[in-house]
Amino acid sequence: MDISYIILIPLIPLAVFLLLGIFNQKIKPAVSGYVGVFGLLASGILSLYAAYQYFFIIGKVDGVYQTFVDKTVWMKFTETLQIDMGILIDPISVMMLVVVSIVSLMVHIYSRGYMKGDGGYTKFFAFLSLFSFSMYGLVLATNLFQIYMFWELVGVSSYLLIGYYYTKPSAVAAAKKAFIVTRFADLGFLIGILIMGYYTGTFDFETLNNPEGSAILNWASTSFMGLSVITWALLLIFIGGAGKSAMLPFHIWLPDAMEGPTPVSALIHAATMVVAGIYLVARLFPMFYFVEHGFALNIVAYVGAISSLFAAIVAITQTDIKRVLAFSTMSQLGYMMMALGVSGYDGHEGVGYMASMFHLFTHAMFKALLFLGAGSVIHAVHSNYLKDMGGLRKYMPITNITFLIAALAIAGMPPFAGFWSKDEILVAAFEHNKLIYYIGIFVAGLTAFYMFRIYFGIFWGKEKEYEHKPKESPLSMTFPLMFLALLSLVGGLIPFSEFVSADKVGFEAHLNYPLAAIAVGVCLVGIILAWVFYKKENSLADKWANAFGPFYIWASDKFYFDEIYLFITKKILFKRVSAPIAWFDKKVVDGTMEGIGNKTVLTSKKIKGLQSGKVQDYAFAFVGGTVILALVFIYLWTN
Amino acid sequence: MIDGISIYDLLTLTTILFFIGVYGFITRKNLISILISVELILNASVVNFVVINKYLYPDMLQGVYFSIFIIAVAAAETALAVSIIISLYRQINSVEVKDTEVMKY
Repeated sequence: MDISYIILIPLIPLAVFLLLGIFNQKIKPAVSGYVGVFGLLASGILSLYAAYQYFFIIGKVDGVYQTFVDKTVWMKFTETLQIDMGILIDPISVMMLVVVSIVSLMVHIYSRGYMKGDGGYTKFFAFLSLFSFSMYGLVLATNLFQIYMFWELVGVSSYLLIGYYYTKPSAVAAAKKAFIVTRFADLGFLIGILIMGYYTGTFDFETLNNPEGSAILNWASTSFMGLSVITWALLLIFIGGAGKSAMLPFHIWLPDAMEGPTPVSALIHAATMVVAGIYLVARLFPMFYFVEHGFALNIVAYVGAISSLFAAIVAITQTDIKRVLAFSTMSQLGYMMMALGVSGYDGHEGVGYMASMFHLFTHAMFKALLFLGAGSVIHAVHSNYLKDMGGLRKYMPITNITFLIAALAIAGMPPFAGFWSKDEILVAAFEHNKLIYYIGIFVAGLTAFYMFRIYFGIFWGKEKEYEHKPKESPLSMTFPLMFLALLSLVGGLIPFSEFVSADKVGFEAHLNYPLAAIAVGVCLVGIILAWVFYKKENSLADKWANAFGPFYIWASDKFYFDEIYLFITKKILFKRVSAPIAWFDKKVVDGTMEGIGNKTVLTSKKIKGLQSGKVQDYAFAFVGGTVILALVFIYLWTN
Repeated sequence: MIDGISIYDLLTLTTILFFIGVYGFITRKNLISILISVELILNASVVNFVVINKYLYPDMLQGVYFSIFIIAVAAAETALAVSIIISLYRQINSVEVKDTEVMKY
C-alpha cells in the first residue's frame, strides 16, 4: 500500500509557514488563525490515518512491525556513505506523529484565544507552523544527518518562540540561553554523528539498528580510552539528546524558556521538542543496547534518574507555576530516559523501552494540558506567581476540573493515563536496577506532592484580592483543555505494548499489582501531604521549609547551576581565554591591517595636490616630460 | 620643390608654429584662445605632412590627402569644442579655464 502521502504531513505546515510568513502584514489576524488551525488539522487527520493504516492494516507482517522507508539520495560521499532525505515509518515514528499532531492542533486552537489581540498574531502562527514542520521532519527522519538538520530547525523555532515577546529583555535572554545551551550540546551530537559515520560507514538508521548488521556486530573493532569508539559516538549523540531533553547538566535553559507565551511552553517545552532527546535514544535503541553490552545505556539510565530526582526536588520550592511545570517536565523526561536506560530488548524484557514511549505519549497529553490550564489561569489573573492565586475553583470550573485530571494523571493515580505508563516504568526499573527503582518511586511521591501543591495553591486556599474578577476562558481555550483531559483520562487504556516495543514484535503487558500498589500508596502520601500543607493557608509548610534549612534554600536556588555556568563562562572563559584572544585580534591582527591602510591614506593625502584639475597643468607636465625625454634621447644618441 | 627654400627652413617654420601652439595652450586663460592654439598645433602638423610629401616623395600624393583629411577632422573637432564651450558657458557663465577645475582630486 502506498505510504508516500505521509510526506504531506510535514509539507502542509511548511506551506502554512511560508504563506503566513511571506504575507505576514497582508493577512488579517482572524484569517491567519484559521489558516494555521486548518493546516494542522489536515496534517493531524493524515497522521491519524497513517497511524490507523500502519498499526491495523499494513504494519504487521508475521507478527512483526515492519519498517517502511521512502527516500532519495541527497548527497553522496562514497559508495556506502551517503545522506538521504526521506520518511521512515515504524511504530515509534507513527506514534510521535500522532502525539505531535494532537498537541500541536490543540495548541493552535488554544492560541487563537490566548493570543487574541496580540500584535504579532500572524507571526506567532507562522512560527508555530514552522515548528510543527520541523518536528514532523525530525520524527520521520531516515538517517542521523536528516534528524540533525530538523533537530536544529526545531531549535531555531524554539528560539524564535521563546523570544516572541522580543521587547522584554528577560525573554530575549532566555531565547539566547536556550539556543546557546542546546547548540553547545548539539556540538557533541554532531561529533558523534561524524564518528559514527566514519567508523560504520553509514548514517542510515535501518542499517545501524540491525542487530545482525555490521555496525552492531563490529562494535569492538576500534577502541579509544578503554571504550569502543561506537560507544563514544553514542555518548556524544546522547549529549545532544540530553541538551534538547533538558537532562543534567544541560537543563538550565528549560526553566528560563518559560518566558515564551504559554501555548509555546505547552507545545515545545512540554510535549514535543523536549522529547526529541528521548526519541533519539529510542531511535538508536538497538545500538545503545547491543554496543559494549549497554554501557552507554547505563549512562542514559543514571543521567535520567538523577535529572528526574534533581528536578522534582527543585520543583517543590519554586513559586512561579510555569517554572514548577518546567521542572516537572524535566523530571518526567528524566523518567523516560531512565526507563529507556533500564530496558532490555526481546519481548517482555523490552518493557522499559515500551514504557518510555508510553510515558512520552501520555506525558505529552497531560503536561500539555497542565501548561494550557496554567495559561488559562495566567490569562485570568495576569500573574505567574502562586502568591497571586488562590480560590480560583469558583471562577474557573472547567480549568479547575481539567487541571485536577492532569494533576492526578501526572501523579499516577489510577485510572488516569499517567498511572499506566508510570507503573510500567517502575516495573522495568524494579526488574533491572533496584537503585533506580528507589529513585523512581521517591520521585513519584515528590511529583504528586509538588503537583498538588500548585493545584491547591491555585484553585483552593485563601481567595486573593483580584483587580479584575477572574472569569473562565473562552471556548477556544477550554475546548483543548477538555479534549486533552479526555485523553488524559482514557489514554492509559491503550494496549500500548502491543504496538510499540523494542524488538517490534509486541507483547502483552500485565499490571504488576504489588508494585502498582506501592506506587499508588506513595502518590497518595504525596497528595495528602500537599492537602495538609496547602489546602488551607497555614504555617505548616513554612515550618517544614525552615526545618530543611540550607537545603531548602539550595533547592529554591536550583542548586546554583546557573551560577556555576555563569562563573565558568564569565570568570574563566570570557576573562581568561576570550579576552586575551580578543586583545591579540584587535591589537596585532587588526593593527597590522589598519596600519597598512592608514599609511596608504596618509601618502595619498600628501600627493593628491598634484591633481589640480587644471588641464593646462597637465598639458605642461606632458609637454615638459616629452621635451626632457627628447633631450635625454638626443644626448644618448649623440654620444 | 620650391627654389631657394630648403626643407630645413620649412621644418623650422612648422616647429616654431607647433611650439607657439603649445605655449598658447599652456598659458592662455580663455578656452577659445586655447582652442585656437590647438588649431595652430594641428596646422603645424598639416604643413609638415605637405612639406615632407613634397620634398621627399614628390611623385606621391598620400601626404596631401592626409592634410585634407586632418583639416576635415580639425573642423569637426572645432565644432565639437565650440559647442562644449557654449554649453559650459550656459552652465557657469564663464569661459575662463580657472573656473573649470571642479574635477580635481
